[in-house]
Amino acid sequence: MGSLPESAEDALRRALVCEFTVIRADGRPVTHPMIPLYDGEKIYLHSSILFSKKLAHVKANPKVSVAVTDLSATHGEPIRDRITVLGDAVVQEDDPHTTWQRILPLWIEKEPIVEPFYKQRVALPLFWERALIEITPRRVLVWEGGRTDRPPALYELAGVA
Amino acid sequence: MAVDASVLGEIEEDFDHAVVVFVGADGYPVGVATDYRVDIDRGVITLAPPSVAPPPDAEVNVIVSHIRPQETGYDERRYVQLWGRVRRTDRGLELAPERFHTWDEKKVPFFQYSELTVPQAHRYLRRLGRERGGEVRPKLSFGWLALRTTRAPFLTATIIPILLGVAAAAASGRWSLFLAGLTLLAGSFVHLGLNIANDVFDTTSGADAANTTPTQFSGGSRVVHYGLVRLRTIALLSASFYLAGIGIGLYLAARTDFWPLFWLGAAGVAISVFYTAPPLRLVHRGLGEIAVALGFGPIMLLGAYFVQAQRFSFEAVYLSVPVAILIALVLYVNEIPDRAGDAAAGKRTLPVRWSRDTVIGVYAWSVGLTYALIAVGAVAGILPRPTLIALATIPIAIKVTRALRRDYDDPYVLMFSGMGSNIKLHLFTGLLLLAGYLVAIGADRLLEDVPAILR
Repeated sequence: MGSLPESAEDALRRALVCEFTVIRADGRPVTHPMIPLYDGEKIYLHSSILFSKKLAHVKANPKVSVAVTDLSATHGEPIRDRITVLGDAVVQEDDPHTTWQRILPLWIEKEPIVEPFYKQRVALPLFWERALIEITPRRVLVWEGGRTDRPPALYELAGVA
Repeated sequence: MAVDASVLGEIEEDFDHAVVVFVGADGYPVGVATDYRVDIDRGVITLAPPSVAPPPDAEVNVIVSHIRPQETGYDERRYVQLWGRVRRTDRGLELAPERFHTWDEKKVPFFQYSELTVPQAHRYLRRLGRERGGEVRPKLSFGWLALRTTRAPFLTATIIPILLGVAAAAASGRWSLFLAGLTLLAGSFVHLGLNIANDVFDTTSGADAANTTPTQFSGGSRVVHYGLVRLRTIALLSASFYLAGIGIGLYLAARTDFWPLFWLGAAGVAISVFYTAPPLRLVHRGLGEIAVALGFGPIMLLGAYFVQAQRFSFEAVYLSVPVAILIALVLYVNEIPDRAGDAAAGKRTLPVRWSRDTVIGVYAWSVGLTYALIAVGAVAGILPRPTLIALATIPIAIKVTRALRRDYDDPYVLMFSGMGSNIKLHLFTGLLLLAGYLVAIGADRLLEDVPAILR
């Protein structure tokens, strides 16, 4: 049992893609499709330095959201509920070569082809220089059955102002 | 970037739901999935109002995205991001997008996309360096970095002609393992010096930066372009390899009549340096194939032969021609995916100059000529008859030709379907020629009366 509602955990554990939103310096939201990883407590996303604009936005404004909306983007049964998690993000980039590697097992679990690619990191060296985005969930919205025309169930977690 | 009808058309056709994202009153962004309709004529997208909706006239980001799950991950990645303000109408939330950003891996393959964003990676590392008050560079383990920097696997281009030169000399009764080893070392050092010098000049000329479709077999090592190694470091490394190769070459020349080997080696070094170096820059003038053919054909093979036999022979010259053609074809095919970047950097290679049909036609005729030379040479007794076994690689040549016809404009498909096989064509044909020589030498040593087929 983790820190999130059960349907949110199910979505984060199985979804192959989420919509990750950061806020630019001018206040506009920018959304990126990314693969979400979840360890039972925090949500992890990771970004190559090749696609690193989002990291600067997170460092300037840690308020982010992660939405799982494509219910069929899994390796098995469709996800039941659509979810949006609002949270605070921290970029971990002590060593872009190694820091992110602690989530590698979670990544390989969802995307097994990553393992042989990683072993051949010489082929695309900058892709494997990465930063980890660690998100502490603050609020969760769950749309049962994926029906976003109906009001979501709202879960407030500790730490929301 | 203003949104045009083609983008709206893709949004209408290629996606099944949208996510509208806005910043809530508490400062957190909120993303909500919803259905949508596209009105291309009016240039608007109408979103079905979700239960959690952006406030009136809010600045929103709408994203449509798609992946296709696969057992090992996913493919068919594509998305379109739109920005603008929504307004409520009786039809729903109407967005007249002002800007957009899109990526579709079918149009811009992931590897190319990753090359296009290399400047973004450098900006990130510079910013991180400023934050930390020091330089932050990307890393690779020493072994991988050495392999990538030197492109050592391409040494087969040197090993094959030198072994063939040694074998041809051995067939005439001249053979020294020590000298063969030194010849291999000298040739390999010059080759590594060439590989690295090529990167030095491709970096300084802008060819590396202009090439956004490098592959495993083409586009150079890019270690400087990626920031893995400093330009000065690889320039010194290149010079060191050249000096080592030249030093051994001079020693070998001194053990023979000196001048024949000296001039041969000097020609080889000059060709390799001026392959990309100004003022000649042979590869920029469409002379790269001839330079490579000479360097990795007659010069390497005759040099190795001369070190052993202390003379030249027609057989060695003849033997060097098919090897020269095949190594020139390795470069020729590897230049195909590089042609846009090469053209931008002023490298007028043959695939830059010629049409697709001409490039493929010349390839097919060249491999045909290679096999004809081997067959005629073996039948006429110029080469040992067992070298006919090299014709066994004809299916590889056919495979490469077909791959060129099919995948000419798709560098990443061609990388798997044709480029690797083309390198194997040179390697395996060379190894089979070598095997033919070894069979002939063995038969000569072991049999009293050697049958014609083994001579």
